[in-house]
Amino acid sequence: MVLLTVVAVLVVRSPGWDEVKQAFFARDQFEKSFPDILGAFWTNVKIFLIAEVFILVLALGIAVLRSLPGPVFFPLRALAVVYVDLFRGIPTILVIYILGFGVPALQLQGVPISPLFWGTVGLIVVYSAYVSEVYRAGIESVHPSQSAAARSLGLTHGQALRYVVVPQAVRRIIPPLLNDFIGLQKDTALVALLGVVEAFRQSQIEVAATFNYTPYLATALLFVLITIPMARFTDWLLARDKRRQLAGGVR
Amino acid sequence: MVEGLRKSFGKLEVLRGIDLELAEHEVVCLIGASGSGKSTLLRCINLLEPVDAGRIVLRGEEITARGVDVNRVRRGIGIVFQAFNLFPHMSVLENVTLGPRKALSLRKPEADARAIALLDRFGLADKRDEYPDRLSGGQQQRVAIVRALAMQPGLLLLDEVTSALDPELVAEVLEVIRELATEGMTMLIATHEMSFARDVAHRVCFLDEGVILEQGAPEEIFGAPREPRTQQFLQRIVAAGRL
Repeated sequence: MVLLTVVAVLVVRSPGWDEVKQAFFARDQFEKSFPDILGAFWTNVKIFLIAEVFILVLALGIAVLRSLPGPVFFPLRALAVVYVDLFRGIPTILVIYILGFGVPALQLQGVPISPLFWGTVGLIVVYSAYVSEVYRAGIESVHPSQSAAARSLGLTHGQALRYVVVPQAVRRIIPPLLNDFIGLQKDTALVALLGVVEAFRQSQIEVAATFNYTPYLATALLFVLITIPMARFTDWLLARDKRRQLAGGVR
Repeated sequence: MVEGLRKSFGKLEVLRGIDLELAEHEVVCLIGASGSGKSTLLRCINLLEPVDAGRIVLRGEEITARGVDVNRVRRGIGIVFQAFNLFPHMSVLENVTLGPRKALSLRKPEADARAIALLDRFGLADKRDEYPDRLSGGQQQRVAIVRALAMQPGLLLLDEVTSALDPELVAEVLEVIRELATEGMTMLIATHEMSFARDVAHRVCFLDEGVILEQGAPEEIFGAPREPRTQQFLQRIVAAGRL
């Protein structure tokens, strides 16, 4: 709190404050640009929602591939490892550039050329690699005796995963999963680099027209507003889990 | 039934040539110190652990042979674990019906009816919608036994099923096993409950360092053990007040 006050005072007393105030905190600019940015922000929300569904499914698939036992499945396991290593390693911004400019340039028949499409695919590809690791940690956190109990009933490896291991794993990973999704929400702004008019791009357009930076602030505000509920939801889930664990401790 | 079974974990040889035969409706108790290989033997029979050498034959079929469908074999062999291993995210009824529904492809009404009949019989009818963490240890273990029975196995393996229970809860679980024995369920029981083994077993096997050192009728093993190691073991049990 003290630190915050000190920083605030320093900023307000800085020699350039008057200009910054004009450039970033212009009320009229804010009011003028906000409706357009809000409209464009809807694109971010759409990208996020669509990507999220695909990521949840794809990442689970990768995590399951990695958990397959025995030498028979080595190629599939290896494939999953390579995928994760690759797409966790490449910066998201590069994946989006490569897919968004590279694939349409191939001029393949029937392949979409929309930058919105490829930008979203880029996010899905990168975040699936991250989220699959979260899933994997969850799957491995379920005690092997659970799987043994399921297999002892004659369930196959797949059935044991489907009915016993994954349901328990998913409950445990919801908080870290939501954390990744907050990251995804912010990274939807990267799709702007392909020329898609989403909130960040829209604010750039406004800034270019007026040489006033207030639209950036409006965009930042929107991103914060949408991530806060998710952060609080994560907190709530964590608190609830903690309560349950305490209650479950009494046998 | 079990012939020359060997099993190692890394350099540690846990089972060093086990030969054991079980007749239909026979109840055999495995006794022996911790680490003598009782649990490993049971897990091998249920194919939860691959064996290194030897064979296991179940009703004429060599189940340790290559290419055997392990899931089909396991459906016919029930196992109950020391730590219950109930599925915490499922109600009692769901725990019991999972195997019949998914491994035996029973329809839900059928599987439910079968489960409810069993739960009813073992005094758990009112618990069917509870989750495992709301039950006492004794209740959980009885649910685990019911879960194994719902598959209608021809052989039931019990792995120290009372070792994780508070002393006052042991009796209710042993009562269930006694009842199964009277009904003629074929059982292989690893246990530390010597007086229970004496009552319920047709035959008692003393495991020591991965081999069956001595076996015979309970009165022989507990009354007049031949092997010095068996005598030693039983003396320690008596000293601990467990017999």
